[in-house]
Amino acid sequence: MKAPAFGYLRPASLAEALALLQSHPDAKLLAGGQSLLPALNLRLSQPSHLIDIGRLAELCGISVQQGRLRIAALTRHAELQASPLIAQAAPLLHAAIQHVAHPAIRSRGTIGGSLANADPAAELPACALALQARIDVLGPGGARSIQACDFFTGLFETALGSDEILAAVEIDTPCEGAVFGFQELARRSGDYAIVGLAAAGRVEGGALAELRLAYFSVGATAILATNAAACLLGTAADPASLSRAEAALAQDLDPPDDLQASSATRLHLARVLLRRVVSSMMPQQRLAA
Amino acid sequence: MIAITLTVNGETIAAQVEPRTHLVDFLREQLGLTGAHLGCEHGVCGACTIRVDGAIVRGCLVLAAQADGSVVETIEGLSDSGEISDLAQAFIDRNALQCGYCTPGMLIAAQDLLLHDPSPTREAIREHLSGNYCRCTGYHAIIDAVQATARAREQA
Ligand SMILES: Cc1cc2nc3c(=O)[nH]c(=O)nc-3n(C[C@H](O)[C@H](O)[C@H](O)COP(=O)(O)OP(=O)(O)OC[C@H]3O[C@@H](n4cnc5c(N)ncnc54)[C@H](O)[C@@H]3O)c2cc1C
Ligand code: FES
Ligand code: FES
Repeated sequence: MKAPAFGYLRPASLAEALALLQSHPDAKLLAGGQSLLPALNLRLSQPSHLIDIGRLAELCGISVQQGRLRIAALTRHAELQASPLIAQAAPLLHAAIQHVAHPAIRSRGTIGGSLANADPAAELPACALALQARIDVLGPGGARSIQACDFFTGLFETALGSDEILAAVEIDTPCEGAVFGFQELARRSGDYAIVGLAAAGRVEGGALAELRLAYFSVGATAILATNAAACLLGTAADPASLSRAEAALAQDLDPPDDLQASSATRLHLARVLLRRVVSSMMPQQRLAA
Repeated sequence: MIAITLTVNGETIAAQVEPRTHLVDFLREQLGLTGAHLGCEHGVCGACTIRVDGAIVRGCLVLAAQADGSVVETIEGLSDSGEISDLAQAFIDRNALQCGYCTPGMLIAAQDLLLHDPSPTREAIREHLSGNYCRCTGYHAIIDAVQATARAREQA
C-alpha cells in the first residue's frame, strides 16, 4: 500500500528538531525509516508530519571515553556491524547486529530508531538490557539519562517523552573476566526471532560472578530472566546448575502464543538457548571449542 | 511538494515530489525507470532493491525527499555501465530467473556482496540474499549464478 499524506520537515540542527517536535505534537521523528515507513505504508500510523533527523551530524558517531562506549542515535546497523571499535568494546552488539534484518535494511536502520521503536522481538533492546546500557535523551528541558531497565515500558512503548529525542546509548567497556553470549532462533536468517537471548556476565575463578540473561520475543518487552540467572551465579555452569536454571526459567517467562510458536514451544526454545548461550560463555568451553 | 536534486544513474535530476512518495515510485512514475519493482512495499521482499550513496537499500523504505542530494543507481544504470553484465549473463546461463520479477533486486544485492566479498561461500551468498524473495526459482540456480560469477571474476 501507499503511505497516507504527511508533511516533511528536515531540521538543520538538533535544537531545531526539538523545537519542531514541540510545535508539531502529531509529528513523528524519522531516522532510518526502516520501521516507521513500513508502518506508514501499511497505514498503521498517520502522523501529521515526519521530522527527518536522519542527517543531523550531532547524532552521529561511535566513541570511547573513560571506559564508556558512546554510540550516537543515528549509528546505522551496517556501521555498527563494520566497526572495529564495536567488535572490541561491545562484542555482544557485534554478535547481535548480524541478526538484525537484511543488508539492505541494515544500511539505513539506526540504533536509536531500534531502541525507540522497542519491538519486543528486536535484538538491540535486549542487548541494552543485558549490558545495563544508559540511554541519553534530549528534550525541551535539557538532557536526561534513563537506565535500560527503566526505558522499555511496554509493547512498542518506552520512557521517551513525545517531545524528546534519543541522543545516544552508553555502555561500560568490558571489564576483566567479562563474557558475552548471543543466539536466536528464527525461521530465516534476518527474520525477527521466535526466541532470542542476549547475555552478559563476568567469570571469576572459573565461576559466574555476574550474569544477565535478556530474552527477546518472549513478551511485551525484552525480559531479564533473574531467577534463571540466580541459579547459575557462583557456579561454573555445570549440568546440574544449568538444569536448575532451565526449570527456574518458568518463573521468569510467560511467553505469548502466536502464529510462529505456542507459549510452550517458546519456553522450551528459551531453555535450549539458555544451555547453549551460557555454555558458550564459560572459559573452558571456549577453549574446547 | 518538496524540491529535490539528486543524481540518478549519473544524471543530475531536479524534481518536485510529494513527501509520501518513496524512491521507487519516484523512479518509476516520474523518471520512467521501471527496473526497480515493487512487491510488498513494507520491506520484506527485496524486489525494490536499489543503490543509494553506494549502499543497497529498500527503495520502498526510502522517501524521495530523503534522497535529496544522494547518488541513486538502479538496475538500468548498472546494466548500461556494464558493471553487472557478467552477472546478468550468469543468471541467464544458469536459469536463475523465470518470471524475472525478483531479478533486478537480486542482481543488485548479489553485486553488492561481490564488491565486498569477492569469493563468497554459498552460505555467505545465501545470507546476503536472505532479504530477497524469489517465488519461482527455488534459489539454488541464483546461488549457482552468483558463485560462478565470483569464480570467473577471480580468474579474470
Ligand atoms: C523486513 C524487515 C525486517 C526487519 N527485521 C528486524 C530484525 O530482525 N530485528 C530488528 O531489531 N529490527 C528489524 N527490523 C527493523 C529495523 O532494525 C529498523 O531499522 C529499526 O527497528 C528502526 O530503526 P530506524 O532508524 O529505521 O527507525 P525509524 O523507522 O526511522 O523510526 C522508528 C521509530 O522510532 C522513532 N525514532 C527513531 N529515531 C529516534 C530518536 N533518535 N529519538 C526518538 N525517537 C526516534 C521514530 O519516530 C519511530 O517511531 C526490520 C525491518 C524490516 C523492514
Ligand atoms: S517492495 Fe520493497 S521490500 Fe518489497
Ligand atoms: S524469477 Fe520469478 S520471482 Fe524470482
